[in-house]
Amino acid sequence: MTALLRTHRTDPAPFLLLAPAVLVMLSVVALPLVFSLWTSLTPYRLTRPETIGAFIGLRNYIRLFSDGAFWAAFGRTLLFLVIALNVEFLLGLGIALLINRITWGQRTLRTVMMFPMMFSPILVGFQFKFLFNDHIGIVNNALQSLGLIDFAIPWLVDGRLAMFSIIFAEVWMSTSVFAILLLAGLFAMPRDPIEAAKVDGCNPWQVFRHITLPFLMPFVYIAMTIRSLDVARAYDIVKVMTDGGPAGRTELLWTLIARTGYENARMGQANAMAYVSTVLSVLFTWYFARKLIAARRTMGGAE
Amino acid sequence: MAAITLSGVVKSYGRVTAVHGIDLEIAHNEFVVLVGPSGCGKSTTLRMIAGLEEISGGEIRIGGRLVNDLPPRKRNISMVFQNYALYPHMTVRENLGFGLKIAGQPPAVVAERVAEAAAILGLAELLDRVPGELSGGQRQRVAMGRAIVRHPDAFLFDEPLSNLDAKLRGQMRAEIKKLHQKVETTVVYVTHDQVEAMTLADRIVVMRDGRIEQTGTPIEVFSHPVNTFVAGFIGSPPMNMLPARVSGGALRLADGTGIALPERLAGRAPEGAEVILGIRPDDLSPVGHGLIEAGQGAEVEMTVEIAEPLGMESLILSRLGGQEVQAKLYGPRFVAPGERLTFRIALDRAHLFDAATGRALEAG
Ligand SMILES: Nc1ncnc2c1ncn2[C@@H]1O[C@H](COP(=O)(O)OP(=O)(O)OP(=O)(O)O)[C@@H](O)[C@H]1O
Ligand SMILES: [Mg+2]
Repeated sequence: MTALLRTHRTDPAPFLLLAPAVLVMLSVVALPLVFSLWTSLTPYRLTRPETIGAFIGLRNYIRLFSDGAFWAAFGRTLLFLVIALNVEFLLGLGIALLINRITWGQRTLRTVMMFPMMFSPILVGFQFKFLFNDHIGIVNNALQSLGLIDFAIPWLVDGRLAMFSIIFAEVWMSTSVFAILLLAGLFAMPRDPIEAAKVDGCNPWQVFRHITLPFLMPFVYIAMTIRSLDVARAYDIVKVMTDGGPAGRTELLWTLIARTGYENARMGQANAMAYVSTVLSVLFTWYFARKLIAARRTMGGAE
Repeated sequence: MAAITLSGVVKSYGRVTAVHGIDLEIAHNEFVVLVGPSGCGKSTTLRMIAGLEEISGGEIRIGGRLVNDLPPRKRNISMVFQNYALYPHMTVRENLGFGLKIAGQPPAVVAERVAEAAAILGLAELLDRVPGELSGGQRQRVAMGRAIVRHPDAFLFDEPLSNLDAKLRGQMRAEIKKLHQKVETTVVYVTHDQVEAMTLADRIVVMRDGRIEQTGTPIEVFSHPVNTFVAGFIGSPPMNMLPARVSGGALRLADGTGIALPERLAGRAPEGAEVILGIRPDDLSPVGHGLIEAGQGAEVEMTVEIAEPLGMESLILSRLGGQEVQAKLYGPRFVAPGERLTFRIALDRAHLFDAATGRALEAG
């Protein structure tokens, strides 16, 4: 044992071999992290580079806690996250269950289902901005032609409707993440427990509720983790569709941070916001990861 | 607890027909074993009884009730699957009680019945584990426990022991038998292992290619196989089948060896008929080392090719009528390859089949 340790200590080869990776990690991850953390402790303004040297301690953070606009954006992001994830989960589950049922054309459908994921979010934003435009948008146009309404619904102008429209666009774009992952779960599902449940007296709903759904939960948590990270950093769709408007009613964390950092040039303050928002993502990830581990523990005997 | 009746039950998968019109009456409390080679339609038949496969034709009745169109949950049957099919996310306790809970039984009743089943199967210590934390044999027991808690009309077993090692299999076989004596219920049991079939069954159903070849008690099927297939399938090691021709009141084997046609069989095969003589290895033993009394049966000389000593008995591979045959030597005795021994054939237990159809030649 000691001999082993000694050779390791004196042999430089492992360290040399690891050095490039360590250097890359340092320059790509650690350095920017330290830099941004430092700037969040300064009154750094993009327009006045010399301010990067002025250390002001936690003042940016303290200011944040009494900043109503920030907390409104925080709350809105949370709401956005909760609604989008749940709707995507339910729709994705429905789609996965339906596709799992069909035997003909399943591959084609699986591919078609991925289409929304292939578009740039910016383009999805532009597309829905046009669809929901109150004057020339196709949604109002269709509703009016059908005689359902005789006025223009202000989809992107009313605060609540604008939020709805953005969520709609987000859901449209990303439901397939859930659908694909849950479909993979359904494919991997053993048939025996389902048959055992049928014999044990379950009707189709009970089979789904007590057997299929618990089996799918690990897949749900994986999808939730991926999507919560994704949605918590939502920026492009919002930027394009409403730019946080009307009157800041759709301002989410990252649109606010970008505005503070680039438009108002207050990078120090923006970085402080970014660090606080990261906590939100970390919390969600931690929560889902814990759920995932708990669910996976029992799936050991699923084969 | 109920009788199960299958009449003309057919199962087709598109153009493939897996089961060709099966008729079977299973009495109340009877232990019936479906046995046959792989792919003969045993599982399909069982799954049709369970309601897991739709039937393409015929009728299935459980307790007199036509169940053709009833889903599994309305048939009041329990099934034990080959891969146990436990619910992986539930503890043993939840696995056992699941069916009762679904049926809306109050928690007190569920707990009581689970405890009862756990006691019968020795699962009491395992109740709080999940299936992933159990050994194969324990999972098997849980699967059986899950079947018995519901007090079903019938138990269906699909090769429940095939994933266990030989020793455990023997143990579980005995437990299943005990279980059947304890909780009196109709049992339909599928296996491709003829030893399991012989030891467990009240009645054996031998299947081949989606048809029933023979139905009868283990003894009937063993001593009166209706054709060469059943004769070869039931009994271990398998029966020796020797092509022969009836000539001058004797059986002449392919290489000309003559064996006197036993009286019992004499009337069944006319002169010149091509037949197959079936002799079980137990009925072919070296003189002085068999179960055949002296002076009975025919005697032949054979050269030992391979001897497999099993302790109290040895399996001997040799040649008779130009064909490989297996014989049994009782008592611990060393046999060298190449040794020439006189074997005695218990002709009163020999079988005669029609060479063309494979059917047993019946008296008169
Ligand atoms: N879903 C299916 N589609 C087409 N053919 C099938 C299907 N299921 C079973 N079969 C065919 O039906 C026949 C009977 O199958 P079954 O599973 O009942 O056999 P088995 O007697 O249980 O065999 P084993 O001992 O291997 O389990 C087989 O030839 C099989 O190929
Ligand atoms: Mg089978």
